[in-house]
Amino acid sequence: MTVSDNTALFEFLLRQGDNALVLGHRTSEWCGVGPVLEEDIALANTALDLIGQTQLWLALAGEVEDKGRDANDLAYFRDPYDFRNLLMLELPNEDYGRTIMRQFLFDAFQVPWLTALQESNDKRVGDIAAKSLKEAMYHLERSAETVIALGDGTDESNSKMQQALEFLWPYAGEVFADDENDVSVASKGIAPLPSSIHDVWNSTINRTFSEACLKRPESQFAHSGGREGFRHTEHLGHMLATMQTLQRSHPGATW
Amino acid sequence: MGMHVQPDQIWQWLENVPDPEIPVISVVDLGVVRDVNTAGDEVEIVITPTYSGCPAMRVIALDIETELAKRGVENLRLTTSINPPWTTDWLSEKGKARLEEFGIAPPRPAGGPERCPLCKSSNVERISQFGSTPCKAQWRCKECLEPFDYFKCI
Ligand SMILES: [Zn+2]
Repeated sequence: MTVSDNTALFEFLLRQGDNALVLGHRTSEWCGVGPVLEEDIALANTALDLIGQTQLWLALAGEVEDKGRDANDLAYFRDPYDFRNLLMLELPNEDYGRTIMRQFLFDAFQVPWLTALQESNDKRVGDIAAKSLKEAMYHLERSAETVIALGDGTDESNSKMQQALEFLWPYAGEVFADDENDVSVASKGIAPLPSSIHDVWNSTINRTFSEACLKRPESQFAHSGGREGFRHTEHLGHMLATMQTLQRSHPGATW
Repeated sequence: MGMHVQPDQIWQWLENVPDPEIPVISVVDLGVVRDVNTAGDEVEIVITPTYSGCPAMRVIALDIETELAKRGVENLRLTTSINPPWTTDWLSEKGKARLEEFGIAPPRPAGGPERCPLCKSSNVERISQFGSTPCKAQWRCKECLEPFDYFKCI
């Protein structure tokens, strides 16, 4: 492999790891304040799965980068503009409806995406995808069921879910906008183009929204910048301040 | 010490290492020990995580090291593998039976428990897809009215 090959692979791995890390951290913010005990536990377990996946992706990223950084270094010692996560995942939780809707929009992408990644030319990528996929399928089953239960629930729960969907919708399309890095890793058979997942995602969300009595917004507009790192929202910095403070104040501290 | 032991012996010793979260089954019953190799006095044990974020993995590694050190193994190499990913198919039959005795319904491909582990009634319902650890879900028996853990099938 040449240097530029590794740069594209490193970038790809950061995107994988940062999506899991940022959503994992946001989800963990519910720990202890969930709306009911079962949901509190479910959200904490979902967060735990995501943080576990983060460790696998970012450990491999550090290995590929070959500058002596491990998963912890990448998680705790990068600044907001070095992060490569989707914007949707860094937005504040706001309420439970928005949290579940975001999880669903992400899971509906993640399941077909990881399924395809299992066939990666890079066996290390395929192995992590296969491990993460089992967890993602479980998450999708739950988030889809919960979207339906709340959407097809009371007038109040339906309107909260519709509002959550409308708020998140302009962020949902970011993941499908192929860029140079996607083309580069796709040409090497490391990953498919994200746009190739769009049809499956559409059919999953359309089916779920129709069962959930929710109206899919029509706009095609999608924010961009998170996965390239050129534009994050103001929220990421605040989130990282909380997440990174201990390691930044006491570098290398362990339990 | 330079002792030479066979893999069969190591597997037997590992039967004594309980799962830290469900101590009635061993790490072998749980299916997280994937391979044991020996070469001279060196022992290599390959373990796999149940869930990628399972917090018990570090304790499991430490418990394996402690058990083998007790048996005189000085040259131990513990490696982690994620391929193939762990599946509940790897739970031993003995492990499944012990889970039920302990009050945890064993996993079933059908996606839910066969019966209440306490009163054995099949009249059960799900409370939540997640439970007290990443590997469990919460169910309830509609006969004896007790809640119970179900070992998620993945
Ligand atoms: Zn019962």
